[in-house]
Amino acid sequence: MSEFLEFEDVSKFYGSVRAVDHVSVSVKRGEFFSLLGPSGCGKTTLLRILAGFEEPDTGRVRLDGRDITDLPPNQRKVNTIFQSYALFPHLSVWENIAFGLRLQKRPRQEIHSEVDRMLHLVQLADQAHKKPAMLSGGQKQRVAIARALILKPQVLLLDEPLAALDLKLRQRMLIELDQIHDEVGITFLYVTHDQGEAMSLSDRIAVMNGGKVEQIGTPAQIYEAPRSSFVAAFIGDTNFFEGHVAEVVGGDYSRLSIDGFPDVVCFNDKQINTGNHVYLSVRPEKIRISRNKPLEDNLHNVVPARVEDVIYLGSSTKYRVRAQDYRIFVYQQHSRFSLDQRSITWNDDVWIWWHADDGFMLERYSESDENLMQLPPEAVATAENSGVLGPKPNRIP
Amino acid sequence: MKVNRKRKLHEWFITLPSFSWLTVLFVIPTLIIFVITFKPSDPYGGIGDGWTLNTLISLGNPNYPAIIWRTLWLSVVTTLVSILLAVPMGYFMARVSAKWQQLLLLLVVVPFWTSFLVRIFAWKVLLHPEGPLKQLLVLLSLATPDTSLLYNSGAILLVLVYTYLPFAILPIYAAAEKFDFRLIEAARDLGAHQLRAFFSIFLPGIRRGLLTAILVVFIPALGSYVIPDIVGGPHSEMIGNKIAQRTFVDRNLPHASGLSAFLTLAVLAPLAAVLMLQKKKGPAGGPLIEEDA
Repeated sequence: MSEFLEFEDVSKFYGSVRAVDHVSVSVKRGEFFSLLGPSGCGKTTLLRILAGFEEPDTGRVRLDGRDITDLPPNQRKVNTIFQSYALFPHLSVWENIAFGLRLQKRPRQEIHSEVDRMLHLVQLADQAHKKPAMLSGGQKQRVAIARALILKPQVLLLDEPLAALDLKLRQRMLIELDQIHDEVGITFLYVTHDQGEAMSLSDRIAVMNGGKVEQIGTPAQIYEAPRSSFVAAFIGDTNFFEGHVAEVVGGDYSRLSIDGFPDVVCFNDKQINTGNHVYLSVRPEKIRISRNKPLEDNLHNVVPARVEDVIYLGSSTKYRVRAQDYRIFVYQQHSRFSLDQRSITWNDDVWIWWHADDGFMLERYSESDENLMQLPPEAVATAENSGVLGPKPNRIP
Repeated sequence: MKVNRKRKLHEWFITLPSFSWLTVLFVIPTLIIFVITFKPSDPYGGIGDGWTLNTLISLGNPNYPAIIWRTLWLSVVTTLVSILLAVPMGYFMARVSAKWQQLLLLLVVVPFWTSFLVRIFAWKVLLHPEGPLKQLLVLLSLATPDTSLLYNSGAILLVLVYTYLPFAILPIYAAAEKFDFRLIEAARDLGAHQLRAFFSIFLPGIRRGLLTAILVVFIPALGSYVIPDIVGGPHSEMIGNKIAQRTFVDRNLPHASGLSAFLTLAVLAPLAAVLMLQKKKGPAGGPLIEEDA
C-alpha cells in the first residue's frame, strides 16, 4: 500500500550545493505535515519540486498513486500559498479567487457560487471588489488561501505563509489555518522555519537540515525524543553531555560516565553497548532546581550545583548553573510563589535533578548545532571563561 | 492646513523651471503655429497681415488624404512591430542575471552613440540596388534584379522600426524588471499554461511600460521627416516631408503651420482620449505614465 504523497529519493543540486539530498518522505491523506528547518535547509526547494516549479535531479514524486514528477505545474492537483501571497495586483479580490475556475472554463453560475462560498469561508465577502493593494496583510493572506482552496487541490502547499505577518496576526492566522484544515479536510504541506508554528499545527513534522531529513515524527516525538543534536537544539533548547556507557542497568537503563560530571542514569532507548561513546541531551525544563536536596532514588540524577545567572521571565525563570565542569541551563515554571520565601539567586548552592527518562542519547551529534540554541549568552556572567565554546557541549573549557 | 499650503508652495517652486521651460519653448510655439494657420502668406516667404481661411481650405487638397493615410499606417505598423519585438526582448532581459542585464542594456543603447543621420545613411548603403543585401537576396532568389529595396514605404518602415525599437525596449524592460515573476508561478500553479500566464498576468503587469512604449514610438513616427526623406521615394512621402517642402521649397509658412497643427491634433487626440478614459475609471487607476517607467 503506497502512501498518498510520496517523495522517493528526491534530490536537487545547484552546482555543488545539495539543496535537497536524497530525501524520502511520505505524507498521509488529510494530514497536516510540516517541513521544518532553518533557511537553506531545502524545505522550500522540496515544496517547489512538488508544485512543479523545480525539476528534481534524482528521485520521483508520487501523488495519490500517480507519478507526477514530469508534469508541468498547471497539470498538478496541488495549489500553493506563496510567502509573498503573489496575488494578481491588477485583479480584484473576487477575480483573484475566480482565476483558477475561469481557467477551467467552468459555467458562470458555478464560478459565482463557488467564489462567494470561498469569500464567506475566509470572511472577505465585503472586500470582494477591492484590489489586493487595498487589503491588510491578514486579508491578503486569506485571499491567497481562498484562491488556492477553491480548486479543491489534493495537497495544499503553504510556503512560510505567516512569515510576513506581525506576531498577533500570526497567532490569529495560526488558529484560522487550523480551523480551515479541519473544515476542508485536505492534505496540507506546510513549510516553515518557526518551530512554534510547526509544533502547534502539525500532525507530523519532518525536521530538515542541509538538504537532508533529520527526523520525522509527531511534534511530541520530535521534542521529547530528538534523534540528533540538530533536532534537539533547533526545537527548543537543550543541554548536551558527552561520555560513554559505563554499564547497562537492568536492560532498560544505562549508567553513563561523563568526564567532569557525576555519573548519569539514562533511559537506554537506543540499545547502545557498554563502552560506546555517546551524547546525551536533557531539556532545561525537565531539570528541577531547589536549595534543598531532594530524596534520592535510583532513577533520578541529583547533582549539586552553583547558580551563575538568573533570568526572570515572569511565567518562568531561566537559571544557568555550574556543576563541576559543566554549565547547565534549567527552566523553572513558577507554580507557587510566596513573597516571604527567599528565591534562588546568584551564587546560591543548589541541587538540580532530573528523571532518567528525560535524558536522550543522540544518534548524531555535531558541535555546530550548539549555535542553534537560544540560550543566554555564555560570556555575560563569566569573565574568567572567555566565552569560547569548548570541545564538549556545555562543558567549560 | 498651514503645513499643507507650505508644501504646495514648495512643490510649485520646484516645478517652476520645468514649467516655464515647457511654456516658453513648447506651449507658446505650438499656439503660434495654430495662429499662423489663419494668416495669409506673403510673396517673400513671410507671414502677411490680416486673417484668412485660405490655408484651411487648401488643406482639402486631394493629395493630402493619401499622405495622411500613409503616415498613419506607417506609424501604426512601426509601433506594432516595435512592440512585438520589444516585449519578448524586455521579458528576456528581465529574466537573465544582473550581469547579463547590464550587457544587454548596453547593447540596446549602443546605437545611440552613432549619429542618427549616419545610421540612416548606412541603411541606404545596405539597401542600395548595388548593395550587399540586395545581392544576397537575388542570390537566394528571394528577389529579382529589378526589385527595389530602397525608396519605398517598405524601406521607411524598416528604418523606422530600426530607429524606434530601443525606445520601445527601454520602458518595457523597466516595467518587466520590476514585475514580480512569482506571479507567473502563481498563475501556473492555479492551472494556467505558459502562454496564458504570459497574456493574462505578465502583459497586464507591465501595461504602464507598454503604454509608454506605444507613445514614445507612435508620436515620433508620426512626425518623422528625415527617414522618409533619405530612404523614401516620391511615392512614399509622409506629412513631415510635406511640412518641410512647404517651409523650404514653397516658402509657404501658413500652409506648413496648418499641416503641423493637424499633426499636433492627431497626436493629442488619442492621448487626451486615453487620459479621459483613465480619469473615468477613478483614482485607483493611477497615473497613465509612470515617471520611472
